Amino acid sequence: MLTTRVIPCLDVRDGRVVKGVRFQNLRDSGDPVERAAAYEADGADEIVMLDVSATPEGRRTAAETVRRLRGALSIPLTVGGGVSSVEDASRLLDAGADKVAVNTAAVRRPGLISELAGTFGAQCVVLAIDAGAGPGGSFPVFVRSGGEGTSLDARDWALRGQELGAGEVLLTSMRADGTQRGYDLELLRAVAGAVGVPVIASGGASTAADMVSAVSAGADAVLAASILHDGLTTVRALKAELSRAGVRVRMEAGAC
Amino acid sequence: MDEPVLIVRTGTANLASVEAALRRIGAATRLTQDPRDVERGGPLVLPGVGAFGAAMETLARCGLVEPLRRRVERGLPTLAICLGLQLLFESSEESPGVAGLGAAPGVVRRFNAAPRVPQLGWNRVEPGADFSAAPAGYAYYANSFRVAEPPAGWRTATSDYGGRFVGAMERGGVLACQFHPELSGPWGLTLMRSWLARSAAVAREGVAPC
Repeated sequence: MLTTRVIPCLDVRDGRVVKGVRFQNLRDSGDPVERAAAYEADGADEIVMLDVSATPEGRRTAAETVRRLRGALSIPLTVGGGVSSVEDASRLLDAGADKVAVNTAAVRRPGLISELAGTFGAQCVVLAIDAGAGPGGSFPVFVRSGGEGTSLDARDWALRGQELGAGEVLLTSMRADGTQRGYDLELLRAVAGAVGVPVIASGGASTAADMVSAVSAGADAVLAASILHDGLTTVRALKAELSRAGVRVRMEAGAC
Repeated sequence: MDEPVLIVRTGTANLASVEAALRRIGAATRLTQDPRDVERGGPLVLPGVGAFGAAMETLARCGLVEPLRRRVERGLPTLAICLGLQLLFESSEESPGVAGLGAAPGVVRRFNAAPRVPQLGWNRVEPGADFSAAPAGYAYYANSFRVAEPPAGWRTATSDYGGRFVGAMERGGVLACQFHPELSGPWGLTLMRSWLARSAAVAREGVAPC
């Protein structure tokens, strides 16, 4: 049986981990490689790094950060942020990413997803969706780090992304992101119930109980940032609680 | 390790993680598409990401199909990873009409009763009788296709994802993994280290009996 993944997420700007609340007010949260290595030692199942740099200089730093992360990690590394072509993805994969996440550029040009899947395989392509909360229980998709609305609905866009070849969906609730009030379970149910590829729940994690709820709502993996960066809990403690709650997790890190 | 571990370039596959893992266990690495390298007896990694048909096409274009098949049949030290394992078989549902290396009997098929495809994440690997490459543990998988029936003549370990499938198989100096040992934490690195140590023994003492 496949286990539920617990995935620390590093938002990285100009080579440093940052984290905000609802995509705003970014705070420095340390060196990405030190952070990631500590999370792996603590039982993290995968690392997601999202490059939130706004400048070309920052982007170049991101590839270097990926290279340093790869040298330090022996678990999967997913990298996103600013990927808008096969060349961009290739550069990150060559630097040591195992999967690439696409967001804004895929909304602008959905064919990007099929180009990436055709070149690297579906298992390599993660469709990152930032979803807001609209009227009547709708989930409008936002791009440019939440700064720009679109006419897409998260559920429809996830399905379309899967058709185009995305092998996984990284689903972030903008309403919940950084608030530590729990994942947006309605959003999760809507998307995870529609697609056949794995779904990573993101945004709002506070406790292991939130993660258990996310798994019940259909999540295959749970992402967390603030609560880990701020030292409110640890991957190990979260996984121990998940396991006690009957969620299957990989529990051998440190034992070997 | 004096002799570098050769890594076969099967196409657009991302090799950074394989290289990084080998470096971490103290091995030097070199990429190759040269049939003469494949025919030599040193340790060799057959990685693979992407489609079955595209990878076989690359191997054919480089003249690597026969050298690889012979190498696996002779039991020379070879670590096949993910698609690399699938390429050892006769064919795959992923690319109908394309012949694989045919070094192991059987056909690769898509998961047909799995909750979600691709399988992405950590699954428990259970060694079968005589499987010696690793103890039970968790390994990281990223695959939509798999071999359901353990092939005759190979010692296997299996995992369960909507039914059991071949997680790893070994014979002589050949170890083929459907999972990614290079992404499977300390457990995966231990498995790679033991394969490499065995490779050195195979090189010293000649080819291990099957």
